[in-house]
Amino acid sequence: MAVNNGEPGSAERQSGFTRRGFISAGATTATLPLIAGRALAGTPAQRAEAPDGDGKMNVTLRVNGQDQRLGLDSRTSLLDALRDHIGVTGTKKGCDHGQCGACTVLMDGKRVLSCMTLAVMAQGQDITTIEGLARPDGELHPMQQAFIDNDAFQCGYCTPGQILSAIGCVNEGHAGSDAEIREYMSGNLCRCAAYPNIVAAVQQAKTEMKEA
Amino acid sequence: MRPFVYERATSPEDAVRAARGKVTANLPPVQAPGQFIAGGTNMTDYMKLDVMRPEILVDVNGIDRNRYGRIEEFDGGIRFGHLVRMAEAEEHPAVKAKYPVIAQSLQLAASQQIRNMATLGGNVLQRTRCDYFREATWACNKREPGSGCSAMDGINRRHALLGTSDQCIASYPGDFAQALIALDALVETQGPKGNRKIRFADLHVEPGNTPNVETVLEPGELITFITVPSGAWTRRSMYLKIRDRQSYEFAVTSTAVALDLDGDTVRDVRIALGGVATRPWRSREAEDALKGKPLTPETASAAADAAFAGAKPRKYNAFKIPLGKETVIRALLETKNMEA
Ligand SMILES: Cc1cc2nc3c(=O)[nH]c(=O)nc-3n(C[C@H](O)[C@H](O)[C@H](O)COP(=O)(O)OP(=O)(O)OC[C@H]3O[C@@H](n4cnc5c(N)ncnc54)[C@H](O)[C@@H]3O)c2cc1C
Ligand code: SF4
Ligand code: FES
Ligand code: FES
Repeated sequence: MAVNNGEPGSAERQSGFTRRGFISAGATTATLPLIAGRALAGTPAQRAEAPDGDGKMNVTLRVNGQDQRLGLDSRTSLLDALRDHIGVTGTKKGCDHGQCGACTVLMDGKRVLSCMTLAVMAQGQDITTIEGLARPDGELHPMQQAFIDNDAFQCGYCTPGQILSAIGCVNEGHAGSDAEIREYMSGNLCRCAAYPNIVAAVQQAKTEMKEA
Repeated sequence: MRPFVYERATSPEDAVRAARGKVTANLPPVQAPGQFIAGGTNMTDYMKLDVMRPEILVDVNGIDRNRYGRIEEFDGGIRFGHLVRMAEAEEHPAVKAKYPVIAQSLQLAASQQIRNMATLGGNVLQRTRCDYFREATWACNKREPGSGCSAMDGINRRHALLGTSDQCIASYPGDFAQALIALDALVETQGPKGNRKIRFADLHVEPGNTPNVETVLEPGELITFITVPSGAWTRRSMYLKIRDRQSYEFAVTSTAVALDLDGDTVRDVRIALGGVATRPWRSREAEDALKGKPLTPETASAAADAAFAGAKPRKYNAFKIPLGKETVIRALLETKNMEA
């Protein structure tokens, strides 16, 4: 299992102190009494842990070309496994119910929603997140570059999902006209409404992806 | 989400056996302890909302794809394995050319990401989007039998007008099912009592006094194949879907039409309505109003009136009667103009 998988921030993580780590440690301390209270009041079924003794399943996920061996509760979504267990936080959680597309990743080359995928069910497939797109030498994927060139975002929250979805859209052959791009990108909402620029980015990258 | 035991089935027998574990009382399938998961786009959603509470979750994706993930044409029809993804079916050349209503009903649903994940077996069994059903703190007879129906006098804009009862007015949300009921599809299942074939029209039931009973399936009964017979009407067919936004949205109203014309005269016609009924809805009334008659704006309008003659509107959904009628009329006239 690789800890440093080349994504920004992994070196920081190794140093043992990160902004994200600090925030989540603080949050855990603050909510601990609450959780304990709920567990005491809960029914046995709610408290019971799944499968084997410690309630964890051994799950191996192949993320951006590297195997990640994890011990997960069977309820863990692929999205939470990526963000909270592997630490690749580029994939975003918007709605957690299939309604926004922020969590889009590629599975065996096809775009899917990681919030609606149970991590145990994602085993044996090649998962690509935004961290896995740039080349090792740092050269961006044509779609990433096109999003920058066309100013295809404002806050950037939806952007990783948009980029993965756009790559799927081009590879499926659904990026013919502007209208077709809009229809086949409708599964990715952008609260900042960068839509016209996203369409322009897909148009630009489509040609470059074909040439590559 | 409640804890569950995860099991991955490698054959239909295996899936049925696993899903029958812990079955004690005679519960409707949606409340049984063992539940299947395929694409997961409906199941994970409802597990997160605490609406679905499986104790055993049986993943059916390990079942042989070469057999159950294929689309096969045969003399007289086409057969879909339950593991075929929505996106695969909508892009299939034979489906697009010979069964346009099926391809369109799939393509106009959800988003490409969801269609890449969702299976045809799971699609037909997707559960209602009634907001009171989804939010577990509201009274809902479908989720908690006997607790009442919050939608009856609540915000019922998206709810059904046909096939309702005084217990539940939730609309059936799916699009593909409307194409299947229009084309007389058959469902093949494998269950605890062996294999059987069910007319698609008999698969779903109206809510009546038991809105928690949604189909005639038994707990642990797996849909294995869906077969659609071909006919003179399958090529000249279409799905028209009216939505609150242009894409990535459920139907407010929709119509599936399949038409066989002799000149201008209707030899055979099949009409199904989405967004307005508690289950996939075939309108025989509308079909009978057209058969043997020329298809004109006037006869189409009479058929639309017949389709909604039995509609029972509530406070916020009466607009769906005129909208639904216009949807039927436009779908019929556009289908007439298709090359076939
Ligand atoms: C945001 C959003 C928008 C959507 N928009 C639309 C839309 O516009 N139109 C539309 O039609 N749909 C829409 N959908 C619904 C979507 O099409 C369904 O969720 C999907 O088709 C379900 O298929 P699945 O394989 O993911 O099912 P799952 O979630 O895996 O299963 C669904 C149900 O079927 C059961 N099941 C699965 N396979 C079988 C089988 N072989 N035999 C017996 N039982 C089985 C499961 O136990 C479960 O109860 C939308 C969904 C979302 C989240
Ligand atoms: S309409 Fe049906 S699903 Fe909705 S609240 Fe009433 S009983 Fe529940
Ligand atoms: S977070 Fe997955 S679709 Fe919104
Ligand atoms: S850039 Fe802000 S949500 Fe899309």
